Amino acid sequence: MQALLSANELCAYYDLRPVLNRLCFSVPEGGIVALLGANGAGKTTVLRAISGMIRAKGAIIFAGTHITAKKTEDIARGGIAHVPDGRGTFNGFTVEENLRLGALIRDDDGIADDLERVYDYFPKLYERRRQQAGTLSGGEQQMLAIARALMARPRLLLLDEPSFGLAPLVVQDLFRILRRINEEDGISMLLVEQNVSLALDLAEHFYLLETGNFVLQGSSDDLRSADVVRRSYLGY
Amino acid sequence: MDTLVSQVLSGLASGSIYASLAFALVMIHQATHQINLAQGEMAMFTTYIAWSLLAAGLPYWLAFSLTVLIAFAGGVVIERVVIRPMGRAPLLSMVVVFIALFVMLNSLAGWIFTYEVKSFPSPFPDEIVPGNTYVSGHEVGAIGVTLAMLLVLYVFFRHTSLGLAMRASAENPVSSRLVGIRVEWMRALGWGLAAAIGAVAGMMIAPIVFLDPNMMIGVLLYAFAAALLGGIDNPWGAALGGLILGVIENLAGAYVVGTQMKQSVALMVIVLVLIARPSGLFGKARASRV
Repeated sequence: MQALLSANELCAYYDLRPVLNRLCFSVPEGGIVALLGANGAGKTTVLRAISGMIRAKGAIIFAGTHITAKKTEDIARGGIAHVPDGRGTFNGFTVEENLRLGALIRDDDGIADDLERVYDYFPKLYERRRQQAGTLSGGEQQMLAIARALMARPRLLLLDEPSFGLAPLVVQDLFRILRRINEEDGISMLLVEQNVSLALDLAEHFYLLETGNFVLQGSSDDLRSADVVRRSYLGY
Repeated sequence: MDTLVSQVLSGLASGSIYASLAFALVMIHQATHQINLAQGEMAMFTTYIAWSLLAAGLPYWLAFSLTVLIAFAGGVVIERVVIRPMGRAPLLSMVVVFIALFVMLNSLAGWIFTYEVKSFPSPFPDEIVPGNTYVSGHEVGAIGVTLAMLLVLYVFFRHTSLGLAMRASAENPVSSRLVGIRVEWMRALGWGLAAAIGAVAGMMIAPIVFLDPNMMIGVLLYAFAAALLGGIDNPWGAALGGLILGVIENLAGAYVVGTQMKQSVALMVIVLVLIARPSGLFGKARASRV
């Protein structure tokens, strides 16, 4: 399969301190890739480097173009939607305004249809569409963040720990919807997760990150069957 | 009774000027957490531009519209050339830059147009309210112009995509970039809008206080007081604060302290608000983690 996003020797820095060490990885068109690892391994940093939110070196190629030196807003306009950690919803705005903000870069007339479509994925958001985003529960805010990202009609979705702080049932529901989004809309995903079994169920391929280096990668099935590795790295 | 009504109307007239400037101040503060000390001087300078256009023989409303456009462009240029390169400079450096801007505009106006006090025309007839000698037509007109302007701004911010993008950039710049909003340009646009609002305020106050390089200093003080009164994080509250302050000032001047002491009313309001309700009448109290 052709790669939609590929990174070659990606390094990233906070101030001058390197946090990613020459990472090479790729996300195939229409595929889901999981980025696993402990706290502080650099998972969030990878997503931030892709989105141009921090200084990065190396090559990031998205749909045939170099995006390494581009600005965050241009990367977003190019078709990468980033659902950041902490969700990044506009809390002083209503649910529907949040969704309209997601579609702000578009000028086609499919916006109304897409609004219906994300309300179909997340009926709770339709009930709360006039409510301020800051008054939503954590799960609803996460749904809103994903729905807002979808409103941009991205080709690639970057998801930073969508399960964080949510009740197990809500998480299951959310991951079922992510699967639907991937299958029905053909949107590729790069998923950062601490919940390993959940991530492996959704993604076909994984990379395991440890203090800025990949220590393991492969297909999700391989990892599930590799007992020794699973126990030592993933602890379950 | 009749005098009370006219005192309130007069208060609303000057209050609407404070309201405009307070709105502009709070709009910039929301987007950048900076207080533009030069807001008043920008308004004064653009009023001089209007005066030059009028002196060149242009009809009033054409000169008015041109001035608003020039002010808008000037605001954008100042943001891009002076403010943005400062980036994340410490607060004190920013204050110094604003003071520099203040002094530069003030002396530039004095140098180009001299410090001689000039009269500035009003587009409104001398008397609108028949039989009422206390309220001039200009005062009623100034209230009307300000309210119309605030209405336009309201529609812009509530019902257009650009307005939505500007509000979003102010609330959450990081997420705004992630949805593709060009936050830097939104800030420049905000400066343009603030300068344009200031230009309208300057042209509305100049017929009352006369045009000279120092005409906005007192007005800016009132605008600060209005912004604090209404809430430094809520432009609409700040505008309302301006109207309230104008009325308080005028009534206090007429019935309580006399016109000599009128100006200190603004300062008293600042102090009282900071003591009693630091977040302002319509502002949100904010808790911060320590």
